[in-house]
Amino acid sequence: MSKPSVAVHKFSSCDGCQLSLINLGESLLVLSQLVEIKHFAEAGPLDEEAKVDIALVEGSVSTTEDETRLKKIRDNCTYLMTIGACATSGGLQALRNMANTDEWIADIYANPSVILSLDNTTPIKDHVKVDLELWGCPVNKKQILGAIRALLFGVLPEEENDKVCIECKRQQTVCVMVTKNEPCMGPVTRTGCGALCPSVGRDCYGCYGPAENVNTDALANRLLGFGLLKDEVARRFLFINSAAAAFHKQGMSMKEAD
Amino acid sequence: MKPERHFFQTDQLQKLLSNLLSKGYTCVGPQVRDGAIIYDEINSVEQLPRGISDQQQPGSYSLKSNNSTKFFNWANGPQAIKPLLFAAKEKLWQSKQSTDGHITFKTSVPNPQPIAIIGARACDIAAMKIQDQHFLQQQFVDPCYKARRENLLIIAVNCALPADTCFCHSTGDGPFVDDGFDISLTELENGFLCEAQTTQGEKILHELLLEDCSNEQLEESELIKTNASKQKRKLPEFDIKSRLFNELNNDAWHAIASECLSCGNCTSVCPTCFCHSENDVPELDGKSSAHFREWDSCFGQGHSYIHGITIRSQTSQRYRQWLVHKFSTWHEQYGRSGCVGCGRCISWCPVGIDVTESVAQFADRRCDQS
Repeated sequence: MSKPSVAVHKFSSCDGCQLSLINLGESLLVLSQLVEIKHFAEAGPLDEEAKVDIALVEGSVSTTEDETRLKKIRDNCTYLMTIGACATSGGLQALRNMANTDEWIADIYANPSVILSLDNTTPIKDHVKVDLELWGCPVNKKQILGAIRALLFGVLPEEENDKVCIECKRQQTVCVMVTKNEPCMGPVTRTGCGALCPSVGRDCYGCYGPAENVNTDALANRLLGFGLLKDEVARRFLFINSAAAAFHKQGMSMKEAD
Repeated sequence: MKPERHFFQTDQLQKLLSNLLSKGYTCVGPQVRDGAIIYDEINSVEQLPRGISDQQQPGSYSLKSNNSTKFFNWANGPQAIKPLLFAAKEKLWQSKQSTDGHITFKTSVPNPQPIAIIGARACDIAAMKIQDQHFLQQQFVDPCYKARRENLLIIAVNCALPADTCFCHSTGDGPFVDDGFDISLTELENGFLCEAQTTQGEKILHELLLEDCSNEQLEESELIKTNASKQKRKLPEFDIKSRLFNELNNDAWHAIASECLSCGNCTSVCPTCFCHSENDVPELDGKSSAHFREWDSCFGQGHSYIHGITIRSQTSQRYRQWLVHKFSTWHEQYGRSGCVGCGRCISWCPVGIDVTESVAQFADRRCDQS
């Protein structure tokens, strides 16, 4: 029986999630024995149009060419898994969706007509069916290997959708919000990072996107109570996952109210 | 027979620590870290939060210097004894597949070193007694908890300065500890009143320079107890157990849910909450797998996920589950309420929801017949 095959594709992104794959170290060697990596430009193998069992997609859709390429990738794979904030919720570059980009382009480029960006940059799920989503900026080793291992077993990976707070408390990390009034996004952010930021004494900035059943209103009110301006609260929500529905809605309502 | 009480001078505290260390105990005691009083390993009294007090309000915790030379003039931090006994995350078993396809399972019971916790509060011990019931005295004994519990020596320190969030007096669990300890201490101006409740505790105590305690010292201790019992916060006095159970459809649950982040901080810091989830972490090669248990919360989706549906999808249902279990159905399970009045869920709630107020909301509602 041939080994299951994997392809890694890139759209608008910083490559950080692909680097998380390359940084797997020894695990990457084990992985390469379990699966055939057919396309992974950043690591070497090139076969963009290969039919694969699992396509890992990094980045968001920003151009019409992206749209066409993405549809082909979907047709060529059995499972499509987004890796990281850009692919899953639009990422940092989705901030431009809320700005007048025509104006920016005109300010910067001598010949703006060469810029072929779509009006908005959008997550993969807005264009094709996504089977699995890995949140995070960037995704980490535990998520990637856990998801691939589960698929190799023929099951879906367990979704981690609890709030960061749960993980903070498991690690006995002292709450930065309660002791220091830090505007922590932990109570509305999905775990998976290992509560990294609070564990080094700083506030979570929501890079893993919204957790399940979030009460963004209650958090926004608390942050206002700490003395943050509405615009500052808006910026907490409109950051790496600004296009994720729960963060977008809360952020925009604070922005408009400002 | 009432245990004998003695007195030792402040300088004997280091001797107590040193003696415990030389007997092979890992000493775990209070210390200041990251803006809170937390429990971790100590080997010197210099590490104790001497002259430090905590200020707690709903959703707020801070430390300040006080003018005292006392080591234990504070109420509590985010942890109780719970993390030492009910590990936040631990491996329960490991499975391994050999080359012929045969699968073997190996349980993973910890082999803990003896730990002496110094500074446990009355509320912490009351909570531990509840967890003892849950993990040790039910039909199925938890081997991991048991191994740790049997290796825990408890040196309690009676509370002199409860925080504004404390209400142990109204739950009947503090501020002074009655039982469940090896040694209890009451910190006076120049030293400690002490008593042992176990043979082990007695032996350790009698290695110190003990003095007979004077009437003045006993009076000083009584005064500390009287003052520490004067707590502003308290549970309402109606029959909470029946009332809550009769208010399952009350709109008040929705009002609380509009404030609640459903983040689970309250359940994590609660010294009696014992819910956990279990999950498998296979090695990448698929030949072996570890089965873990970790703290879970009734405020998460997984807690009520059964056969494809989440029974409690809304925060109102999750908060109700927590409160009604803690204050109502807990009685049937463990013969008492699950609340020991430590106030941690109030201080460590990021939005400052006060559990005593949540309960009090049901005071004058329609179900007075209960």
